Amino acid sequence: MLARLNLALLALLTPALSFAGDAISATEKQPLNLAAIGMFVVFVSMTLGITYWAAGRTKSTADFYTAGGGITGFQNGLAIAGDYMSAATLLGLTALVYTKGVDGYIYMIAFFAGWPIILFLMAERLRNLGKFTFADITSYRLNQNRVRTMAAVSSLTVVCFYLVAQMVGAGQLIKLLFGLDYNIALFVVGALMMVYVTFGGMVATTWVQIIKACMLLVGGTLVAILAMSQFDFSFDKMMGQAVSLHSLGEKLLFPGTLLPDPITALSLGLGLMFGTAGLPHILMRFFTVTNAKEARKSVLYASGFVAYFFNVILLMGFAAIIIVGQNPEFFEGGQVGGKIIGGGNMIAMHLAKAVGGNLLLGFLSAVAFATILAVVSGLALAGAAAISHDIYARVIRKGQSTETEELRVSRFASVGLGLVAIVLGIAFEKMNVAFMVALAFGIAASANFPVLILSMYWKGLTTRGAIVGGYSGLVAAVLLVVLSKSVWVTVLGNAQAIFPYDQPALFSMPLAFLLTYIFSKLDNSAEGNAERAMFDDQYVRAQTGFGAAEASSH
Amino acid sequence: MSSTSSQRAVYARIRNNPRFTELVAKRQGFATVLSIIVLTIFYGFFMVVAFNPKLIGQRLSESSYVTVGIAAELFMFVFFWLLTAFYVKRANGEFDAMTTDIIRDAAKEVK
Repeated sequence: MLARLNLALLALLTPALSFAGDAISATEKQPLNLAAIGMFVVFVSMTLGITYWAAGRTKSTADFYTAGGGITGFQNGLAIAGDYMSAATLLGLTALVYTKGVDGYIYMIAFFAGWPIILFLMAERLRNLGKFTFADITSYRLNQNRVRTMAAVSSLTVVCFYLVAQMVGAGQLIKLLFGLDYNIALFVVGALMMVYVTFGGMVATTWVQIIKACMLLVGGTLVAILAMSQFDFSFDKMMGQAVSLHSLGEKLLFPGTLLPDPITALSLGLGLMFGTAGLPHILMRFFTVTNAKEARKSVLYASGFVAYFFNVILLMGFAAIIIVGQNPEFFEGGQVGGKIIGGGNMIAMHLAKAVGGNLLLGFLSAVAFATILAVVSGLALAGAAAISHDIYARVIRKGQSTETEELRVSRFASVGLGLVAIVLGIAFEKMNVAFMVALAFGIAASANFPVLILSMYWKGLTTRGAIVGGYSGLVAAVLLVVLSKSVWVTVLGNAQAIFPYDQPALFSMPLAFLLTYIFSKLDNSAEGNAERAMFDDQYVRAQTGFGAAEASSH
Repeated sequence: MSSTSSQRAVYARIRNNPRFTELVAKRQGFATVLSIIVLTIFYGFFMVVAFNPKLIGQRLSESSYVTVGIAAELFMFVFFWLLTAFYVKRANGEFDAMTTDIIRDAAKEVK
């Protein structure tokens, strides 16, 4: 169903693709980077070994979706950090600090601030109520068919947009870093993702994410330390030089074009904060731990790693202004201040080369590739769970399917999603896919988050309210993004955006909340009343964990 | 996902236990206060960014490049994380001990 939805969207956008050809400068192929390829081969062999080991341990649906629920808080914290920090974080945010200075730091705090809120308001209830997918929670006392279908549709929409954005970025990046052809790069990423998820399920995915998170933390720290050593580890010394050398000068220290007005700032803040709390692959990670205690610890560790790494990125970005920005080696034709070789996303890579030579460059390239693999695997697994657990096992088979049947469907779904990701990745090669991430967060914040939080907190919620609110949030988020500059102007080639902001959450999220509230209030049906009556038991379970899904042991 | 009748009996007992009401009130109150602190500081900062960007770029002292904005953000990263640590410590200790007691009592009486 989702493939059809996306194909329909694709057909809608195809006539406009020609306009968008030069929206992002297509990256140039680089010469083969042997150090990078060597280290990448080590990473892939290691993860394939783990997948082989994990495949032997993936026998039940619980193993496949949640690694049997036996992951510790510390492991899960690392895995969440690995899931959350994509290649866009490492490369995009470093580049953002390099070009816009403190704006990048402001962006990062918005990516971070959702985590404490998730902990305070959601973590323990998620673990106590959920089993495999967040639809387990929203449909806990509501109509299984309709609410699960909606959750699956919006999950798959989020997963697909996020997946395509990652795939297109991956293709461009790998072409740059490894000198591989774009299409081949996509096949490599898609194939590895399918192998990890299909055979190793959540066990393999978790370990890929843990290894990747460690590599990312080590790699980033190493680059930052080597870079800072050139300034005697003095922030002031580095900043003094950065401000005097950067074309923005003192403006580097002031907020700039990223948040031009209060509405943009507020909408971005809302979208990133509550979008995080509605991303299906992130929510799914909460079901992999033993109990609410470990779920809380997961957030503590995850947010610690994320916060630490964002500050490392800040140092990398500022240091790059001097170390990369003044070195003719990294500019096309040796023109300092001209075009960066490989485009803006390569700043972090150039910095690694400047401070640590080819070896460090190779390592950081391998980290970037590993990052892409870890993120797409998490996404594919969440998508597969929505198809096999929610749609197939619960909606189509009404809970009558056997574990073997459900597992088979989830494996087919993983392969299917891998193929969809490769095909769409190729189709969208030349397009600016930045809007897809905005859309993924916007939908997560507008369709998933309101229904999820109300189902846990508000007794009055009924199926009717959830359905109306959830679908309106979904439709509103998609519509507003289509009417915004990133699609209406950049992709469709119109002169002026109808919706003047990039992030829809400020409008679509309150709309979803409001409609959910109104339609639940107006619902006087017998089903609605029965659903309200079931809240009390759900509430006790949410608060105490009594009756929660237990970790299975093998 | 309906619960069994013995589970429902336990849920009913827990609900009627005043210690449960106390647990929920304490924990929810704690979580709400922490959330309000985070949201206020976070959106307050965003409003300063939007309405008074000059302040963000102001240096803390003549000789330093640490600005109000950089200092405030670093503070948020550290402070928000400390709040999560604070919550986890109390929830995993005090609140979970209460929860265990409440469940044990309810399960015992039902059997």
